Amino acid sequence: MTVSQSSFREALLDAERPVPAGLNNAVGGPAGARFSVYRNNVIVSLSEALATAFPLVRKLLGTEAFAQLAGVFVRAHPPDSPLIMFYGEALPDFLRDFEPLKHIGYLPDCARLDLAFRQSYHAADAPPFDPSVLQGEDAGQMARARLAPATRLLRSKWPLHDIWRLNMVPDAPKPRAIAQDIMITRPEFDPQPTLLPPGSIDWLERLHAGATFGEATDMVLSSNPTFDLTETLTLALTTHALTDYTTKER
Amino acid sequence: MLDTSPQNDRLPSAPGVGYKPQHFNDLMQTPGPVSWIEVHAENYMGEGGRPHAQLRALQERFALSVHGVGLSIGGQEPLDTEHLDRLHILIERTSPASFSEHLAWSTHGAEFMNDLLPLPYTDTTLDHVASHITQVQDKLGRQMLLENPSSYLAFEESTWSETDFLSELVKRTGCGLLLDVNNVFISATNLGYSPQSYVDAYPLHAVGEIHVGGHDEDSDDQGAPLLIDSHGKPVVDPVWALLDYTLRKTGSRPVLVEWDNDVPDWPVLRAEAERAAKALQPVQ
Repeated sequence: MTVSQSSFREALLDAERPVPAGLNNAVGGPAGARFSVYRNNVIVSLSEALATAFPLVRKLLGTEAFAQLAGVFVRAHPPDSPLIMFYGEALPDFLRDFEPLKHIGYLPDCARLDLAFRQSYHAADAPPFDPSVLQGEDAGQMARARLAPATRLLRSKWPLHDIWRLNMVPDAPKPRAIAQDIMITRPEFDPQPTLLPPGSIDWLERLHAGATFGEATDMVLSSNPTFDLTETLTLALTTHALTDYTTKER
Repeated sequence: MLDTSPQNDRLPSAPGVGYKPQHFNDLMQTPGPVSWIEVHAENYMGEGGRPHAQLRALQERFALSVHGVGLSIGGQEPLDTEHLDRLHILIERTSPASFSEHLAWSTHGAEFMNDLLPLPYTDTTLDHVASHITQVQDKLGRQMLLENPSSYLAFEESTWSETDFLSELVKRTGCGLLLDVNNVFISATNLGYSPQSYVDAYPLHAVGEIHVGGHDEDSDDQGAPLLIDSHGKPVVDPVWALLDYTLRKTGSRPVLVEWDNDVPDWPVLRAEAERAAKALQPVQ
């Protein structure tokens, strides 16, 4: 009796299926519950990986509800890569369509935020952008920069930054009923979230796409007359959000 | 040209520990008898940040063993060449003293199961595993060590003993072996044979590294003992005794303490490393 790896795998993720014949215990009888060791290892190890990777979602749902969600998600979306630290990319979309949690509208964005933190943590190192190239009015207009590899931008129709802060920072105020854009940066090793003022995210995206400082500013001002370049630039420089334009694009 | 000579193994014949980031400062300041560390390859396959920086700092003080958990060498399907490329980049970047992987599979189709799954020992699987090992060694340009699994069940179709299977792989590929004596103890208990007889039959000349670790005790649905490889507890006395038994036969070897779950504070893990140092003393 041969046991193919596909039949082993089928039984692994579906506890309703019988243990494949041809797997034995110590005395030649059927393996029975011994097969459950593998079933448990897979579900538990992947659920733990998700719990580590999605601290905000876990905090919002509570440990028990998160474990239930993870059990369902792991079976529906097993990892497609051995890089378990990036496992769960499908969770935001899964949450959007997952009936029992659909009523928590902001949950998918919270999962996106957790993912962005993790991607930022493992992103390539890059020297921060040198602001001295901005000296002189023409030079400042013509300069270019890119987002550092560890920088992530998130648009949300929810008060995502306030929700993150309420759950992750002691004594934080209640979320306001507004849409919020967030920038994740990694000044050294620990990713940090920054709430972006209106227009900032557009300016940063334009810049990353290759526009000069001047072009990006003009484009954002045309649709958002209150955009404050100084404020955005200060945020970007103090958080090491930018790197030299010639740094390899991520 | 592939160098499979034993001299290429540069891990010190001393205690090592599985590295956990929470031990970084303690390990740098009070390493005790620890002179080398082992990391899981996949955890260092990001692009940069703290994992890379810590590894660079650690490598200034400790010899490094890179231990893969995701290559699926025992898989029926071709190796994931994308993953093999990532491994190659990591090995080039860190030039570790040793690279090891498992006699197990974890990938099927596009799915990665995140567990070390068992395979039957037959002529067919022997051909598969041997060609995978050769492919890995050719790609990395170095010898690899292959680790014996912890077994919870047996395949009816197996026609080779595990020790003969491993011996044949060594002969065919020139690979070395990582002998996990905790796994030997677990498999022997679970499948009803003597762990000493397993060690006796093992191709000990090929052993480049030894693992010890903790396990959980359970029982199967017939009430038979079932040990589970949890790496979440101290090493038990019978496993230390099996290490002593093994070292008497192999002579001095690099001995790693694995503790991956419910990771304790550094002094507890260091005490395990001191215990391993004591085991090595009579054979140094």
